[in-house]
Amino acid sequence: MIKARVTVTLKNGVLDPQGKAIEGALGALGFDGIGHVRQGKVFDLQLETADKAKAEAELKAMCEKLLANTVIENYSISLA
Amino acid sequence: MKSAVVQLPGLNRDRDMIAALTKISGKAPVTVWQTETEIPDVDLIVIPGGFSYGDYLRCGAIAARMPVMQAIKSKAEQGVRVLGVCNGFQILVEAGLLPGALMRNASLKFVCREVKLEVVNADTDFTRAYAKGQVIRSPVAHHDGNYFADAETLKAVEGNGQVVFRYAEGTNPNGSINDIAGVMNDKGNVLGMMPHPENLIEVAHGGSDGRGIFASALDVIAA
Repeated sequence: MIKARVTVTLKNGVLDPQGKAIEGALGALGFDGIGHVRQGKVFDLQLETADKAKAEAELKAMCEKLLANTVIENYSISLA
Repeated sequence: MKSAVVQLPGLNRDRDMIAALTKISGKAPVTVWQTETEIPDVDLIVIPGGFSYGDYLRCGAIAARMPVMQAIKSKAEQGVRVLGVCNGFQILVEAGLLPGALMRNASLKFVCREVKLEVVNADTDFTRAYAKGQVIRSPVAHHDGNYFADAETLKAVEGNGQVVFRYAEGTNPNGSINDIAGVMNDKGNVLGMMPHPENLIEVAHGGSDGRGIFASALDVIAA
């Protein structure tokens, strides 16, 4: 079994109103010098295979088909 | 003209849409459930608004991968008219039938109010009942209607006349780029829009500004 983590983030240049709001809230809490806050998503998955190459190929397909909207988002895959 | 309304778990504007299509065309639309792989022979397919799959993952993302969407894609390729309203618009962009993406409103708030729409392109299957530049009223109700497209896509969409509606008179409720409220595909037979024209079609609604979209798409424009 392989454990994997997929991280999905907004592409550069895509406006992130939630990131902006979080940045403002951090400033209001007294955290100075914070900039460029971007919000993303993390998916933890388990795959019933021992084949890392196969797992990576499958995870890539999952990202392309569902987990990320590649119009606005990038993704990265890491295997435990 | 015959029409169909798509139904998915979490969509809740289907009944309003069925009522609007029935009143305007005189014929009740057929309903198509998400697991259907074939769509009956119709001239217009409508994906109504709501919160399909609870807006989980991204609005419209899961609905866009349901079997019925493959059937809608092939109908769209054959030239059948497809209209997506609100969540229906989100589903169409997630399915890749329309360019761009719909993101969280710039205000981060759900907006439920009336806006003004400029008919940017009146030479389409969906807007022939209007005049170019005409400003119409329309209700909106959404949390994720902030239209985004990268610079290259935006240039193409604007250049090809694919922007059908813009929020007019400073009423942009969500931060959409270039005030875009509705876009169509380059072939011109698939339209997505965040506003709800089905909720402004008769006196009981306080106006009928939205009627023209259905009258155009169903070819029932009064002479």
